[in-house]
Amino acid sequence: MSAADPKTLAERSEEIYRDYEFTTVRRWKERTGGLAIGYMPIYVPRELLHAQGCLPVGILGGGDDLEIIRGDAFYQSYICHIPRSTIELGLNGSLDCLDGMLFPAICDVIRNLSGIWKLKFPDKLSRYLDVPQVFEPELGGMFYRHELEELASELERRGAKPLEPEALRESIRVFNENRALVREVYDLRIREPWKVPSAELYVLMRAGLVLPVEEFTAMLREYLDGVRADEDRKPMDQARILLTGSFCEQPPLGLIKTLERAGCYIVDDDLVQIHRWLLHDIPEDGDPMDRLVQAFLDDSMESPTRYIDERGKGKELVERVEGSRAEGVIFCAPSFCDPALLDQPMVVKAVEKAGIPWTAFKYAENNGQFQVIREQAGTFADSIKLWSGV
Amino acid sequence: MNKKEESKAAQKDSSQIRQKNMIAAHYSRLARAPETGEKCAYTFVPGNLTELLRSFDLLPVLPEINALQSAMRGKSRDYIRLAEKAGHSEDVCTYVKCDLGMMESGNIGPTGERLPDPDLLLLSYTGCFTFMKWFEILREEYDAPVAMLHVPYQGDGEITDSMRKYVVDQLRNKVIPAMEKVSGRAYDEDRLKEELARSAKAEDDLVAVLESARNKPSPIDAYFGGVYYIGPIFTAFRGSEEAVGYYEALRAEIEERVRLGKGPITPDGEMGPEKYRIVVEGPPNWTSFREFWRMFAEEGAVVVASSYTKVGGVYDNGFRHDPSRPLETLAEYCMGCYTNLNLPSRVDMLVRYVEEYEADGLLINSIKSCNSFSAGQLMMLREVENRTGKPGGFIESDLVDPRYFSAANIKNRLESYFQMIEQKRAGVAARGA
Ligand code: SF4
Ligand code: SF4
Repeated sequence: MSAADPKTLAERSEEIYRDYEFTTVRRWKERTGGLAIGYMPIYVPRELLHAQGCLPVGILGGGDDLEIIRGDAFYQSYICHIPRSTIELGLNGSLDCLDGMLFPAICDVIRNLSGIWKLKFPDKLSRYLDVPQVFEPELGGMFYRHELEELASELERRGAKPLEPEALRESIRVFNENRALVREVYDLRIREPWKVPSAELYVLMRAGLVLPVEEFTAMLREYLDGVRADEDRKPMDQARILLTGSFCEQPPLGLIKTLERAGCYIVDDDLVQIHRWLLHDIPEDGDPMDRLVQAFLDDSMESPTRYIDERGKGKELVERVEGSRAEGVIFCAPSFCDPALLDQPMVVKAVEKAGIPWTAFKYAENNGQFQVIREQAGTFADSIKLWSGV
Repeated sequence: MNKKEESKAAQKDSSQIRQKNMIAAHYSRLARAPETGEKCAYTFVPGNLTELLRSFDLLPVLPEINALQSAMRGKSRDYIRLAEKAGHSEDVCTYVKCDLGMMESGNIGPTGERLPDPDLLLLSYTGCFTFMKWFEILREEYDAPVAMLHVPYQGDGEITDSMRKYVVDQLRNKVIPAMEKVSGRAYDEDRLKEELARSAKAEDDLVAVLESARNKPSPIDAYFGGVYYIGPIFTAFRGSEEAVGYYEALRAEIEERVRLGKGPITPDGEMGPEKYRIVVEGPPNWTSFREFWRMFAEEGAVVVASSYTKVGGVYDNGFRHDPSRPLETLAEYCMGCYTNLNLPSRVDMLVRYVEEYEADGLLINSIKSCNSFSAGQLMMLREVENRTGKPGGFIESDLVDPRYFSAANIKNRLESYFQMIEQKRAGVAARGA
């Protein structure tokens, strides 16, 4: 089997994704002596960490196979699952390899987790990364730039390299290269979803959260070469759907597989969103810090966690449906996720107005039973196929 | 008149009646707004900009207050049901759903009159992400501009210059111009300063009232009674003459209770002997507010300090609105509200309350609706227990959804908690002997 066999790459990615020891991170640390900095969903400026010689490590909670022993004692039953699995990983030693954690401003749960982290792991860097909700450069831009400078100083205090503009420019270039390949894989999935099964794409993107970006880029290249060459991947009669609402706590891999088995091609989604948070490359000229800030202000995905001004809710999703030629939308949010669930009715309205079929269900990252979802998704896919055939 | 009636009458003569009248007058002013032409802004309690609104003659409408009032009048169940029928998830904050259901049902306020549609949606984004979603939803329903004020969180437990500047710049460049446009008036800083000076005065008196609970017995209940005391200053009245007058009178009344060695007044009149002194974290339940209060009062438990009475402003740490720095002081106020503090700061504050108010322990009323308050409370409880050596208690309910108020369960848990305090006392006494 060649190294570019996409199945093998997906298997390796799944191993990395399921590895709660974070072996690749530990090895990177041994090799480089750099700081490994964890971050929660959705977005942190990985370019900045990279430029200071740090390894950004995306922590998206545990999956269906993480046993929660102490995490439940931290959270009431009516709070989503991701903070309890994350604290579990912190307490069971899995995250010992991290020198710090960043908690971006996306909701009150992650916000408050930043405080728990401070109290539980006082020796580690634990930083709430406030991101602006006001997008004028002289307002939100100034504030955000200052947040990033503070973060850079804090990293430096903890032993990272000082932030140099040219290093940042180079890191922007490295991440642009990565982003271009990420876009390519997603575009290929839109065109030929049978070539890029979502369960494979998902584990690949999860592996990309913990691997050094250069390795991830190489892996994406191999994967693309591999799937393009793979003649055995043939189209099937599946309904093209767009999956939305899963931007933070991630559904278990079993759920993604279930949707595919139930007759859906997921042609777009908001899973592991950081790889696609910025819609375009960051310009490599000019002041790199300004560019990084500006990209966040002007070029971020529309997310339920981001204030959408005049544009009206749901328009972006309808455009994405059109762009990905999806035939239906599945609203798939974690239970108790305020940002996703408060957003949903507004977006549903827009989707209905556009005449797009939709269905909705909720999950927790540790769900193990998918029978109900399988039936619901199967019926949904069938109804789409039925109507598209008319 | 028997004793009970006497005390009830005394209660009626008190500040409470004055406060009720003030709030009722505000609601009727709102109801008349379409005829009088007065403009109104919908906004939130935490991080409210009342003085600024008042300086433009804009009337605040506070959806959280409408929601809690709906709950107290037994309307929230139907409102929530309506919102859920319209597709809102059972999992999300019930304040939002209660408000949406009320809007759907004609937007009838607590006084039975229709509330005006907003002329401005002032989204002061302090201490809670749900606010943003809430106003995104309202924006789709109303034809009103939104002025967003993003208030950074005190992630590291402090207000930095950059944070302050961000808020002040937004006030100056976005919020004030939006208010000018809606009101048709120019920004009048002198008027704002006058409002702020009055705020500080009322804040002094409010703090004196809240701190009166250091006395034994405490003359007030700083949670159940506390929500009445904070009413005017957390809503439409901060900065007004009425608020100054109200807090002066309230303070005098409480000082008199201290002089007479009296405990708090409860819905059933004077409370019996004070047996337990409790600090409470988290908002109250509004659907069974009196029943909930009674569960404490009947056991002789008085709440001597609470975090909920700090959601619309923390003043007992020395903060006062400062008229000499009008926009900076508003920025600091917004950033200083309780749910905008990080968890370690919240723990510090609760520990301080247990110690300074010589409380028997911390009780958390964890609210299903509210991630801002609730996420992390179990750990906060353990931290406070460890640091004070005092027992902690934990109960669960909801703000305005009666489905989540289980009276029997809560009563049981409270009784066990009070027993735990007794045991702890017995243990201490035995060790001391
Ligand atoms: S799943 Fe939703 S509520 Fe939970 S932490 Fe993530 S964004 Fe917040
Ligand atoms: S989540 Fe909490 S703070 Fe936010 S609106 Fe609901 S009750 Fe208020």
